[in-house]
Order: sequence, then structure tokens, then C-alpha cells
Amino acid sequence: MLNYMIRRLVMSIPVILGVVLVVMFTLEVVPGDPAALMLGEFATEEAVRELRTTLGLDKPLMVRYVNYLAGLVRGDLGRSVRERRPVIREVADAFPFTLKLSFWAFMVSLLVGVPSGVISAVRKYSIFDNLARLISLLGLSMPVFWIGLFLIIIFSLRYPLFPVGGHGTWKHLVLPSITLGLPSIAIISRMVRSSVLEILGEDYVRTARAKGLAERVVIYKHALRNAMLPVLTVMGLQIGQLMGGAVLTENVFGWPGMGRLMVRSIFNRDFVLLQGTVLVFALSFVLVNLIVDLSYAVVDPRVTYK
Amino acid sequence: MRLSSKTRGLGASESVHRTGIQQLVQRFARNQLAVVGFILVLAISLAAVFAPVLAPHDPLDQNLPLKRSLPGQHFVLGADEFGRDILSRLLFGGRSALLVGVLSFAVAASIGLVLGMVSGVAAGIVDDVIMRLNDIVLAFPYLLLALLIVTALGPSVLSTTIAVGLWGAPSFVRLVRAEVIALRNREFIEAARAVGARSSAIMVRHLLPNFAGSLITFGTLFMARAILVEAALSFLGLGVQPPTPSWGLMVSSGRDFLRVAPHISTLPGIAIMLAVLGFNLLGDGLRDALDPKLRN
Repeated sequence: MLNYMIRRLVMSIPVILGVVLVVMFTLEVVPGDPAALMLGEFATEEAVRELRTTLGLDKPLMVRYVNYLAGLVRGDLGRSVRERRPVIREVADAFPFTLKLSFWAFMVSLLVGVPSGVISAVRKYSIFDNLARLISLLGLSMPVFWIGLFLIIIFSLRYPLFPVGGHGTWKHLVLPSITLGLPSIAIISRMVRSSVLEILGEDYVRTARAKGLAERVVIYKHALRNAMLPVLTVMGLQIGQLMGGAVLTENVFGWPGMGRLMVRSIFNRDFVLLQGTVLVFALSFVLVNLIVDLSYAVVDPRVTYK
Repeated sequence: MRLSSKTRGLGASESVHRTGIQQLVQRFARNQLAVVGFILVLAISLAAVFAPVLAPHDPLDQNLPLKRSLPGQHFVLGADEFGRDILSRLLFGGRSALLVGVLSFAVAASIGLVLGMVSGVAAGIVDDVIMRLNDIVLAFPYLLLALLIVTALGPSVLSTTIAVGLWGAPSFVRLVRAEVIALRNREFIEAARAVGARSSAIMVRHLLPNFAGSLITFGTLFMARAILVEAALSFLGLGVQPPTPSWGLMVSSGRDFLRVAPHISTLPGIAIMLAVLGFNLLGDGLRDALDPKLRN
């Protein structure tokens, strides 16, 4: 298993190098002079020339790539063009907010998705199951940003229970977490349902029932535990979805995380800040996938490693 | 959809085909949700195509005295913040959504077909390189790559299409590659190779027809996601640019009036939801009809 883990670690190195290259290259194709574009039309020629030198735009792409990688290793992602702050500071300010939001959204999706999936499986084709299916279908079809606005209309404007946006208290977290978690509820609940259904047909479940165990024990001790394995994989995939959804949710609720930072930097044409933010976001996604893969290897001893 | 037996020299298969397709239609029609999906997709496509005929007003016509009027007051679905007819804008907005959806599917599927087939047929180092490239693109969480591309190319319908297409391409590459690997050692491929068919001919004539079904199913489900991504980019102001009607843009433009005129934001959201739901149901239905074993 150690062998597998090392291989999996080594395999993510080219991916990381590639991600950095893609981030650099996409901004390479920006038409015109990026330095002039970033400073806007009122910039002096001198300022543009200075920025070109600081960004190293006069050097070839490969040289800048290596320099950027060297900076990345030292935790130096350059300075934002607008605020003149180190990008890494901006990221350090925003990242915890996104982490917090994603964590609670994930909790929401687990706390609702797992029980509803179990009930759907145990009471197959019941009213609850059909209703849950309908709601998940709708949940997967609704755009995240629209869910957010809808919740604001109902729970902030019509019934002022929660704030429209901003951050500070736990109340500020409620609507954004639900907004972001809703599509994942649908997926997790469906996955738990089919997984539990499959396990309920297994021999050892029949044995457990034959022993005269209470149905509750059969389901929670025997079935659910084993049913969680495929669910774990889906959860890993859901984290990527959550991170993308966070970009939208943060912009709906004015949540000061990475998504807001990214969109702000796009509108400010602050490519240095954008590169840094996207890079940190993508790299943390690579890391999360790595952790999910490794934990999957730990949890399921049946998987063989070549 | 011509499926597996469309190999040369099996002339008698034509009748077999017809019953095959009939069975397919029958299986599909028995699935109520799939039929609902089909009707939704058909209705939305027709509405988008015939938008100029169906729309009661010019979607760009501003009527400021009637701005933010509620549904039923002056217009069937009310007016937006510039007094433009929301119903007409919804109909034309469907054009943006479907246009980006279909074109980005074309981009993603073409990349997927070429790279997936090459990867599956060539194997070895070519396969490794293509798969690593795939991993790199997949390493970007949903929306992020699209944000980068749109920033680089400048916001427009074209860059949205490219962004959504490139974002979707890796999953098509994986799909096609998996299908090719599953097929490449089958007898009929060996037979084709034995009679001296060129690789390109084998790919187009023998491999492609055999996974056209899964490609169409996957493409239908991709349309649902493409519509969501287009809406998301437009919502952020990075996709379709005003005054062109786009559902995501319409949701965003109503944000400042949630209290006085919530319909400006909510109605286009419902349009997005119906379109996405339609493609999702249709895709699920096609998958079940093509591969009955998968049904639970």
C-alpha cells in the first residue's frame, strides 16, 4: 500500500507542473500588452514599462515559468497590480472564508443527503422515495446562484430571519451553506440510496436478519457502513463541484472568499492576482483529490494496488 | 442511430435494425420521465428557433415607464429593470443557451473523438501523454478553467463556447478512449484489419458507430451542464454580454430589485432549471433505453 501511495504522490507532480503552465499560458494569449491592459488607459508609458519589467514580460515564457515555480515554492506569487499587496497575503485572507463555507456546505449535504438516501432505500418506491427523487432532480437542475437569490428573497426579504449577505456571525453562514450544499445533497442522497439497496441484497445482511437482529441494527451497523465506500468516492468528486459552486455562492452573498477575489481580480484586470488565486485554488483541489484517493486506499482493504 | 451490426456485408441486418430501433423507442416511451424530458427539450428548442415569431415584443425594446412591472400588468411575464418584455427576452435567451450548448458540445466531442480514438488505438506513450494532459485539465475545479479562458479571450458568446467546450473535452476523451479500448480487440475489428482496412477507416466505419449511442447519451447530459456553465459565466458578467438576452445575465440584472420585483431574477432561473431538467431527463432516458442492464 505504501508503494501505491508513493506512486500516487509522484503522479501528481506532473499534474501540478501542468496546472502552473496552463495558468500562465492562458494569460499569455491575452490580446495586446498585458501590462498596459492591467494599468488601464490612463497609465503613463513609464509605469507600463516598469510593470513589464517587474512581471518579467520581456523575458521568454519558459524563463518566467521557471521563475514563477521558484517563487511558488517559496510562497511568493508576486504582488497584486491594484493593491500592491503580495498575492499570497490576499490569498491567505480569503482562503479561510472559502474553507469555512465549503466545510459547512459539505456538512449540510451530508447531514441531509445520507439520512434521506437511507430512508429512500429502506422505503423503496414509497412517497418519501418518490418525493426525494423529484427534489433531487430539481436540485440538480437549479443554478447555484439562483438558489441563493431565491433563498434571499424568502428568508431575508420576506421573512427577515437571515442577513442578505456579508459575514461575521453564524447567521451569515446559514443561507450560503444551504445554497452551496443543495446540489450535493441530491447527488449524495441518490448515491447512498443505490449503494444501500445493493448492500441490502447481500448474503450477510440476510444472515444478520436471520439471526433476529433488529432491523435498525441491520441497517445502521451492517448495511450503511459498507454502503459508505462508493459514497466516499462521490464525496471526493463533490469537493471539486463545491469549490466551483463557491465562486458563485460567494458572489451572490458577498462572502469574502477566493471566489470573490477571483472575480474581482478579473474585473480589475489584475492578472497577477488572478493567476495566484486560480493556482492556489486548483492546487488545493489536486491535494484534496490526492487525500481522497489515499484515504480510499486505507478504508477499503479489498482494493489491490499494482 | 445506426448501431453495432452496420458492418459491411451484413445486408440482412436492415430489418434487424428497424426492430432494434423500434425496441429502443418502445423502451424509451415506457419511461415517463424520459418522455417528459424529451417534451421539455423539444419545446425549448422550438421556442428558441421560432423566438422571432413567438416573441410578442422586441427583446431589446426599452419601455422605461413600464419598468419592473409585475407579471400580468402590462406584459404576460412582466418587464425588467429597463421595461423590456421578460417573455420575449426569455425566448431569445433560450437561443444563447442552446447555441452555446450545441457549439460547445461540438468542440468537446470533436476533441474527445480525435484524442480519445488516438489514445485508445495508439496506446503506449501517446496514450500516456494524452491522458496526462487530460488529468491536468481535470485538475481545475468546475468553472475555474472557464474563468481563465474567458478572461484571456475577453467575454463574449464565442469565448464562452470555447471555454465550455474545452472544459468538457476531457470527459469526452475518457469516454471515447474507454469505448475504443473495450472494442479494439473484438473479432470484427480484427477482421477489418485482416482485410487491410486503414486505421482511419476502422475508426470511422467500425469503431464510431459502435459507441455513437453512448456519445449521444453523454452529449445530452453534457448539454445540461453546458447550459448551467453558460448561465453561471453570464451571471458573473463574463459570458454573454448585454444587451443580448441570456438567462444567466437576466438573473443577475434583477439582483438589485429582489424586494420590489423578484420576478426579474426568478423567472429566468426557472427557464434555466426547465432546460437543464429536460436535458438531464432525456439523457437518463436515452441511457436506460440503450442499455437496459443499467436500470435499477
